[in-house]
Amino acid sequence: MISLDFEDFWDNSPSGHLILSPDGRIVSANATIIGWLGHPRDALRQKYFADLLTTGGKIHYETHFVPLLRMTGTLEGVTVDMLASDGERLPMFLTANVKAATAESPELWRVTAVDASDRRAYERELLEQRRRAETEQERARAFAETLRRSLHPPLLSPPPGLDAADHYHTASADDVGGDFYDLFPLSPNTWGFFLGDVAGKGVDAAVVTSLTRYVLRSAAVFDEDPVRVLNNLNTVLNHQLGIAPHRLCTVVYGNLTPREDGFDVDLASAGHQPPLLLSGDGNAYFADTIGGQAVGMIEQPHFFSCRMHLGPGDTLVLYTDGLTEARVGPGIERYDDDGALLRFARELAPASASQVVDAIRALLTELGTGVEDDAAVLAFGVPRDGNAKAEAGF
Amino acid sequence: MLQTVDVVARNNIKTVGVEGAPVLLLAHGFGCDQKLWRPVVERLQSQSRIVLMDHVGAGASDPAAWDADKYSTLDAYSADVLDVVRELDLHDVVYVGHSVAAMIGTLAVIADPSRFAKLIMVTPSPRYINDGDYHGGFSEADIDELLDSIDANYLGWSHAMAPVIMGNPDRPDLHAELEETFCRTDPACARVFARATFLSDNRADLPHVRVPTLIIECTQDAIAPRTVGTFVQQQIPNSRLVTLDAMGHCPHVSDPAATASAIAAFASTP
Repeated sequence: MISLDFEDFWDNSPSGHLILSPDGRIVSANATIIGWLGHPRDALRQKYFADLLTTGGKIHYETHFVPLLRMTGTLEGVTVDMLASDGERLPMFLTANVKAATAESPELWRVTAVDASDRRAYERELLEQRRRAETEQERARAFAETLRRSLHPPLLSPPPGLDAADHYHTASADDVGGDFYDLFPLSPNTWGFFLGDVAGKGVDAAVVTSLTRYVLRSAAVFDEDPVRVLNNLNTVLNHQLGIAPHRLCTVVYGNLTPREDGFDVDLASAGHQPPLLLSGDGNAYFADTIGGQAVGMIEQPHFFSCRMHLGPGDTLVLYTDGLTEARVGPGIERYDDDGALLRFARELAPASASQVVDAIRALLTELGTGVEDDAAVLAFGVPRDGNAKAEAGF
Repeated sequence: MLQTVDVVARNNIKTVGVEGAPVLLLAHGFGCDQKLWRPVVERLQSQSRIVLMDHVGAGASDPAAWDADKYSTLDAYSADVLDVVRELDLHDVVYVGHSVAAMIGTLAVIADPSRFAKLIMVTPSPRYINDGDYHGGFSEADIDELLDSIDANYLGWSHAMAPVIMGNPDRPDLHAELEETFCRTDPACARVFARATFLSDNRADLPHVRVPTLIIECTQDAIAPRTVGTFVQQQIPNSRLVTLDAMGHCPHVSDPAATASAIAAFASTP
């Protein structure tokens, strides 16, 4: 039978071994760690283990490792730099556990140190790569954020006597959706508004979205008739070289003109979700624009137009399919599959623009990760006690 | 608009002990979380109402509340303490802060003394970096070294905890795991907290403390040396210094009996 030489194993083990008293002083250290550190054998006895660490490492040790060891009885693999007698830093991987006090012997801490030079070099490399990846991701996120901000207006400019509110829900922090909207003055007596969605997302979609936004604003100045505005947009998108044919765009464009106690609304829709009207008497219904074709698909698309009047208490709501197509539940069900949005609006009505936008913001929060695409909401309405024409100065 | 903060979730508030008894609010320092108070809590819960909190970024605080910019100074942690006492409507609070939480509490009791009866500082330091004649014990290079040490312990951490820090509300089991995982702090948060802690200078705040204050120091503390304990005591009017014959920077862990006695004795002094 082989006789086991435990003393030899203690001293000449490939790992460094230390026994500490609970005040952190070294009771015994094996030959391996003494050799690594280059101290004379007895120099380590009664020395504080923490004093063998770099100062920064000592803070980490005192604030994290010791409390952890005391509270749980084990320390599972932490990395420290130990200081050799010549000042060299030795990367070490430490594990430790506690030998509980008994009637015969006091509490002791068993500590094992493994040379971690190779491992640390490898970890540093990984850490460096990770930092680089995080920096890149942050750049991408900042880029997406800037791009996204450029696609919707920093400030809505509604006419006097009209309250407006908006909300943009970002589904992914590092991607750009194709939703866009605006509300802006066209002439002393007319305001334009639009809200739409370019198919797809990412930089390609953002380019088309940006183009669409600016074409709509300039086309509206040239000719404010909503159907002609959309036709002009279609012409530009069809002529724009380098835009993938599937980059179609659904959009609602409209004009607002003050009349009597509120505003006349002329609007046209290019295949977009129908606007919702929450009337002052507590009813809610969709504007009659269902159907129509998206912009950018064919040369002479058909657009639907309609006209309505917003009186005191009436609010018109435009939105994108990020809201209606939000996933609910684990299956293929979508939020608006069975008319949930209209029911939501009917419960809400009558409501001001900001009340509607607040409610939809809360709804989007509730739908949570089910909202897979960006969602834009633009609402405007005539305050119940307002007098649009008087306030606009006509 | 005034917004109600859900401090219970945000700061992982736990309340134990005797209903109606004097309130001890225990705040952890840099390193670990409220679990370090367990040995002290066991000794004090029969005679006190104990409220425990995790600072945002530590322990089982709400990951969604983390904001690296906001939590880069002690003011944010201090504002959270005030949120806690106000939202839980606590009065005559005896605030007990370990390490940097002592300074977080200092800022809180100065900002709103009406809520606090007493301040107990466990191994505090108002400034860790040496400054002229003032001996804090560290240089800025030491703090960089600490940040390196946090980074060096990053990889082993992130694998285990990645799903948890994603803040996955659909997976309560992950939250339970976080509760069970001892002393695991997101290194990204630990870095920010380390900088806020070790680069702060609250020496000028100390004379403005207006509540009776106890400073508890240890005979052997590599983080807050005894000269610092004396300095804090001299700077705070109406303060007392107790030196425990305890090892290290965490007397509530290394000698919970003595720490609990000192806290109880001071808290019950009229």
